[in-house]
Amino acid sequence: MAKIKGDIVINTERCKGCEVCIAACPFTVIQMSKEVNSKGYHFAMKVNDECTGCTNCALVCPDGVITVYRAKVATE
Amino acid sequence: MIMEDKFSKTDIQKPENIVYKRTDLLVDRPLSYCPGCGHGTAHRMLMEVIEEMDIMEKTIGVSPVGCSVLAYDFLNIDMLGAAHGRAPALATAIKRMWPDHFVFTYQGDGDLAAIGTGETIHACNRGENITIIFINNGIYGMTGGQMAPTTLPGMRSSTSPYGRDVPTMGHPLKITELVAQLPGVYYVTRQSVHTPSNVRKTKKAIRKAFELQKENKGLCFIEIVSNCNSGWKMTPVQSNKWMEENMFPFYQLGDIKLDGKLVERKETVEKE
Repeated sequence: MAKIKGDIVINTERCKGCEVCIAACPFTVIQMSKEVNSKGYHFAMKVNDECTGCTNCALVCPDGVITVYRAKVATE
Repeated sequence: MIMEDKFSKTDIQKPENIVYKRTDLLVDRPLSYCPGCGHGTAHRMLMEVIEEMDIMEKTIGVSPVGCSVLAYDFLNIDMLGAAHGRAPALATAIKRMWPDHFVFTYQGDGDLAAIGTGETIHACNRGENITIIFINNGIYGMTGGQMAPTTLPGMRSSTSPYGRDVPTMGHPLKITELVAQLPGVYYVTRQSVHTPSNVRKTKKAIRKAFELQKENKGLCFIEIVSNCNSGWKMTPVQSNKWMEENMFPFYQLGDIKLDGKLVERKETVEKE
């Protein structure tokens, strides 16, 4: 049985920590980091495996820092 | 630098599995806007439409004065900077010189609805075959959050600290409804970019406007109601919520003029 799995990569240096992606994610995959990037912003990071690659976070990200991947993976 | 976290799966992260990434038509440099500002999303949707239609060689944009004055630094197409409020006049000239090119203006509410009201109305009335993208956040964002013509009644800004008082400061200007009355305007819509569904709708509206420009139908006017969390003194998420609760009842989302005909809409009650 194949299942759709997604993954996101966040360009943490460009993230300004506006948290709009957190509100947009239906599976609470994204949380803010404790650390800061070189500009001093807390950046968004992926915290669990629930991502389905729906692209919601990437669509609302004002700075376009999120790249979304989606693939069918076989599950036993 | 991109940090790898423990939940990323390298077997999915392959180039052929990419379903969404920042378009290459945006220059690879950080945007100058505040965190959470809708300008970034509006820029990206505009560039995605131009990329999908494959018209980047034939598109000329006019940037305004305001927060998006530096749009020519981020949009990797031909751009011109207009004097404050004069973007529709400049776009008129460009379009008449190169009728086969796609011309758009990207203006804020201080540029389009305040100093440039005359240019906007006359360009719309002449029915110039251009696309106007109007970002309305109800405030002068760049200069420090002063009251704009589009500021809501009772809304606080740095020049109306007790809220906009309608008897002394006047009513908010619904310029989008105003230009929709003009016969030269073919397509008028009001959208927003704060949720994924609204972003998709905005992209569709921009695409439609460029398609109509290709068919020489007349002027297309897209208002994007956006947030200004710095000017409104809120966090980005709070400002999006505030916008839904306060801006949208007054600035109703949806199409206002389709195919040159006004769309029947419910009258909104002005909040005092």
